[in-house]
Amino acid sequence: MKIAKKSIKFLTIALVALFSATIFASDLDKKQDNHKDGGEVNTQEEVTAYIQHHLKDSHDFTFFSYTSSEGERKHFGFSLPVILWSSEGLVTFMSSEFHHNDDGHVIVEKNGLKFAKIHSKIYELDNGAATVSFDETHHATNAHKTLDFSITKSVVGILFAAFLMLLWFSKLAKQYKTRKVPKGFGRVLEPLVIYVRDEIARPNIGEKKYKKFMGFLLTVFFFIWILNLLGLTPLGFNVTGQIAVTVALAMFTMVIYLFSGSKDFWAHTLWMPGVPVILRPILAIIELAGFILIKPFSLLVRLFANITAGHFVVMSLIALMVTMKEAFGPVASTGMSLALALFIMVIEILVAFLQAFIFTMLSSLFIGMAVEEHEHH
Amino acid sequence: METLLNDFSPGLFAMQIVILLILLFLMKKFAWKPILNSLEERETGIEEALEAAENARKEMQNLTADNERLAKEARAERDAMMKDARDIRDKMISEAKEDAKEVTTKLIENAQASIQQEKQAALAELKKNVAELSIGIAESVIKKELSSKEDQLALVEGILKEVELN
Amino acid sequence: MYNLIGAGLIVIGGGIGLGQIGGKAMEGIARQPEAAGKIQTAMIIIGALLEGLAFGALILGKA
Repeated sequence: MKIAKKSIKFLTIALVALFSATIFASDLDKKQDNHKDGGEVNTQEEVTAYIQHHLKDSHDFTFFSYTSSEGERKHFGFSLPVILWSSEGLVTFMSSEFHHNDDGHVIVEKNGLKFAKIHSKIYELDNGAATVSFDETHHATNAHKTLDFSITKSVVGILFAAFLMLLWFSKLAKQYKTRKVPKGFGRVLEPLVIYVRDEIARPNIGEKKYKKFMGFLLTVFFFIWILNLLGLTPLGFNVTGQIAVTVALAMFTMVIYLFSGSKDFWAHTLWMPGVPVILRPILAIIELAGFILIKPFSLLVRLFANITAGHFVVMSLIALMVTMKEAFGPVASTGMSLALALFIMVIEILVAFLQAFIFTMLSSLFIGMAVEEHEHH
Repeated sequence: METLLNDFSPGLFAMQIVILLILLFLMKKFAWKPILNSLEERETGIEEALEAAENARKEMQNLTADNERLAKEARAERDAMMKDARDIRDKMISEAKEDAKEVTTKLIENAQASIQQEKQAALAELKKNVAELSIGIAESVIKKELSSKEDQLALVEGILKEVELN
Repeated sequence: MYNLIGAGLIVIGGGIGLGQIGGKAMEGIARQPEAAGKIQTAMIIIGALLEGLAFGALILGKA
């Protein structure tokens, strides 16, 4: 109870701090070129653009935005630092300098370089260019992408999840020093830890070797689960729906199982015994491709696609109240979208757990394949 | 695929790898290691406690069995002792009875023997006394009778007669 | 256009496969209720593998 109370207190303080920060950070920028981010969302195309914008990472943390009676676009949220590795070296500034513009019309000048933000990506303008010019397919012709190490919304989400994990589990670890059975929130966490150990790691990796991989499996399980659940909150994180994040996670798994592979594993992968010699190189290529490409790819795509699809469906169903307004009237469309969104939301909560479970499960399965020592008959 | 690659942000990828590495290290050190260790400790503790309880139960069983056996033995011993005591008592009684009988018979015999002896003695005394008395009488009678010749003859004749009769 | 048709076909194939997995798993559980846990885990793993395949093809085909 104490822990719960404390964390609630902490959360309230954090939220109050956030909103007081918003007052300073929220900038009133003119409603210029509002066809992308901003303005009302009415048509099907606008809804799709809005959803696609949400699915991408963003450089500032916006809780909500609205258009005031004077026609000004107001954003409530706070800006985040932008850290770029440009052609001239490190460049940093706050994302508020882009004034929430996302189509490359606001140019930020730093260190003699010009930067523009197009579809949540920061481009560095080529020498001599003053504005970004686009070709027919809306690709910038006189700007190129920079290496962007910004503290984006996703990075904030990652840090938040990491912070939560450290807070909860170090507390749980401390409890064991004074008592055998944890109390409070630790009582919720302990069965989950035991679940990962007994249902995921032990049966798939094997009694002898599972201990070495417990740290990774537990970290990844809770990391993905917390971020999946954070994605369902109105904070609007979409971290596990970022392909870069899932690629990193899958690469961790791949590196771990490739580096802990037993002799038997490599023997079976590269020179399969009991198969005609002519077939062995072909099998080796297939097996190697499986372990280096296909398995990590399926891992990363599954997580990415599930979360992205989930966000897309939930937001589309919420948008039903806008798109169906003319056909069914405001009450019916709102009710329908509410009921459907609620239904999908419940499923998404299940999916949030399931995807964390599947990722951990398949990781431990692959690790188990790699560390397994075959009995030679 | 193209939009997928376009969406891939190398910066976010690098940030994720760095943060995850740090997180892995911190979690391993401050959370997972102590948690898993104490979980394992607790589990082995529970297992040991269960085993100890099982052992204690078995020991208790053994103890009660032992107790029962001891009690049985004690009872048997007591019974045997009682039986022995009874036997000894019976034997003693019968022996005492026999002894008493023997003693009494002996006493009676002795008494009878001594009575017989006394009787004999008394009889012999009596005989002696009677003989002396009769001799005395006879003496005196003879002294008186034989003072005359005829008397003597008469007597002899009488005696002779008697002898002949005998 | 063809991409969308391909994506639709992938989804149909994945749906048929998932249905098969789910149905067979139910049959298995009905036949051997004591093995329900194991069957469920195996079902989820195979379902996830299939889903990964379907999503992979969908993304490669559509995006």
